[in-house]
Amino acid sequence: MKHVDEYRDPHLARALLDRIHRSVTRPWTVMEVCGGQTHTLLRAGIDQLLPAGLRLVHGPGCPVCVTPLELIDRALAIAARPGVTFCSFGDMLRVPGSATDLLHVRAAGGDVRTVYSPLDAVALAREYPDREVVFFAVGFETTAPATALAVRQAAALGLGNFSLLAAHVLVPPAMAAILASPGNRVQAFLAAGHVCAVTGYEDYVALAERHRVPIVVTGFEPVDLLEGIALAVAQLEAGRHAVENQYARAVRRDGNRAAQDVVAEVYEVCDRPWRGLGILPRSGLRLRPTYAAFDAEKRFAVEAILTAESAECRAGEVLLGLLRPDECAAFGTACTPEHPLGAPMVSSEGACAAYWRYRRGGR
Amino acid sequence: MTLDCPLPHPASDRVLLAHGEGGRLMRRLIRDVLLAALDNAHLRPLGDAALLPPFDGPVVTTTDCYVVSPLFFPGGDIGSLAVHGTVNDLAVSGAEPLYLTLGLIVEEGLPLETLRALVRSLGAAAEACGVPVVAGDTKVVPRGAADGLFVCTTGLGQLRPGVDLGCHRIRPGDRVLVSGTLGDHGLAVLSAREGLGLGDELRSDSAPLTGLVASLFDAGLDVRFLRDPTRGGVAAVLHEVAEATGLSIAIDEAALPLSEAGRGACEILGLDPLFVANEGKVVVFVSPAGADAALACLRRHPLGRDAARIGTVGEGPAGVLVRGPLGVPRVLDEPAGAPLPRIC
Repeated sequence: MKHVDEYRDPHLARALLDRIHRSVTRPWTVMEVCGGQTHTLLRAGIDQLLPAGLRLVHGPGCPVCVTPLELIDRALAIAARPGVTFCSFGDMLRVPGSATDLLHVRAAGGDVRTVYSPLDAVALAREYPDREVVFFAVGFETTAPATALAVRQAAALGLGNFSLLAAHVLVPPAMAAILASPGNRVQAFLAAGHVCAVTGYEDYVALAERHRVPIVVTGFEPVDLLEGIALAVAQLEAGRHAVENQYARAVRRDGNRAAQDVVAEVYEVCDRPWRGLGILPRSGLRLRPTYAAFDAEKRFAVEAILTAESAECRAGEVLLGLLRPDECAAFGTACTPEHPLGAPMVSSEGACAAYWRYRRGGR
Repeated sequence: MTLDCPLPHPASDRVLLAHGEGGRLMRRLIRDVLLAALDNAHLRPLGDAALLPPFDGPVVTTTDCYVVSPLFFPGGDIGSLAVHGTVNDLAVSGAEPLYLTLGLIVEEGLPLETLRALVRSLGAAAEACGVPVVAGDTKVVPRGAADGLFVCTTGLGQLRPGVDLGCHRIRPGDRVLVSGTLGDHGLAVLSAREGLGLGDELRSDSAPLTGLVASLFDAGLDVRFLRDPTRGGVAAVLHEVAEATGLSIAIDEAALPLSEAGRGACEILGLDPLFVANEGKVVVFVSPAGADAALACLRRHPLGRDAARIGTVGEGPAGVLVRGPLGVPRVLDEPAGAPLPRIC
């Protein structure tokens, strides 16, 4: 299959591994930002083929995982209301709130739907004018253009029964927060290629300069990741800290202007709490006042949410790259996909889910 | 107006609750829709139960319920699926399928033409498999209490002489084969149901495995265990075997047969084809000495053209490992009840 096979080619991968082994002279710690990258690394076993001193730590790039519990509880409360049709990507259904999750809300009679596109939720709102259709807009810069389009379409159609629970977050502020955290070990980043396909990588230049870290915009296939690691290691060994683009087949320096424009029209940047990282300034998106009529938080006043984080769950440290999932005492014992303590165990991009899926037999 | 006198039912093009209430409408439904498509000597008397001739050896039986949505999908429909699924359960148990019984649960309001088309498809599939529907029952439930049509079939078959299949026969060193491309049914249904528009080439593999499986037995091969990888896909079968035998199974990812369309769909949807349902494939565990002959035998059959050897049974501990493109083995997860649509 074109555009896939060449990035899984074992010979290319082996050549890149040799290059990495030849160039590494001392220990380095590199963070892959995106959960999709984490899953490829573990699935292909790349982490086991790298030189002993080269440590990969897994970043916060799982939007479901960094959504704060308070917002998940708010979503669950809205989803449970009679008259509401609650739409979400499938990823969110099994993510635990303080007391329940969307699958249980559905089992108890809530109308919870899995959609593949936010525009499907707009179509539902058109089809069922007597239902309040709410879309849970979770995601990084990658999904924001599609949810912005959905809002714009709902506005153009004059749909009074469509609203959006916005939980969009932005990647560069999280990378800055990780670099500024006291226990930080990260010396180089593999930036999330799909995010950069939308945003470009202009923002990363200042970040690399300020913190003196190499940043390599990287794709998601094994050969992409190996090439990204090779570029990052070459910079570290040479004492450089530039932004490089490994994923040039999808990413341009200035990104996708049309996508950026629709996001800027519908959303504005705001401070936002991240699970595990706290409130990060200018790290989220909220609807602009012109689109406030579509804001589910304003439409459904949810009173007195009492959030209760699991005392055993150390998802925050996992998301900061301070703890590997299989180093957590609850991993595979108190916390499994059937009984998750935190989102990283059940989200398809969660680091704990990746270790559970590909590694638990090897412990 | 009183309701004492029975109101005449207007001629309807939809199934009404009255179609299930035992009166004239029900008799007409059975005669015009069911018997018209399923007629055979055992069913024709429409008695309370069918009288079957004696079996020549051990009887094998199985029951399956079908709730697939949508009712029609590329490559099949709930009618033909309800025959193939049950016939295949008998075939992989080493039985020759002989008879089916049929339960229909119809939702009020289903267009009669839809019901007729599905029953016709079921009848044609049963005839092609040589398994008459010998008994049945139909219920109509109020709108909203079902999703169009639910179908239950029970299969009766006769164990082939000398066949001994089961996990108890699997040994370290045995080879694991699959009879063709993986995941086509689940992907076709998913695409049709969600309107994903993943292309016309994505078709269910729903088909009867009787002939394919018979060719393995007729060749006298030392087949240890057979299973049709439906819900949960090949992964579910491998885990079941590993758990039952206490042995490990190593799968070579590069050897998995995939259709071009199926592979593309899995890439787009982020699905692992090992976990996606099939309705016309068989997983074969065979002795090392018989593996090459079994593979050749599968490939000679039209339903086994893409058959492949995908792995090997090893010593314990129980578990399933998949060797990836870089040669590093990873644990194969168990199907976790992902929120996928109804596929069978």
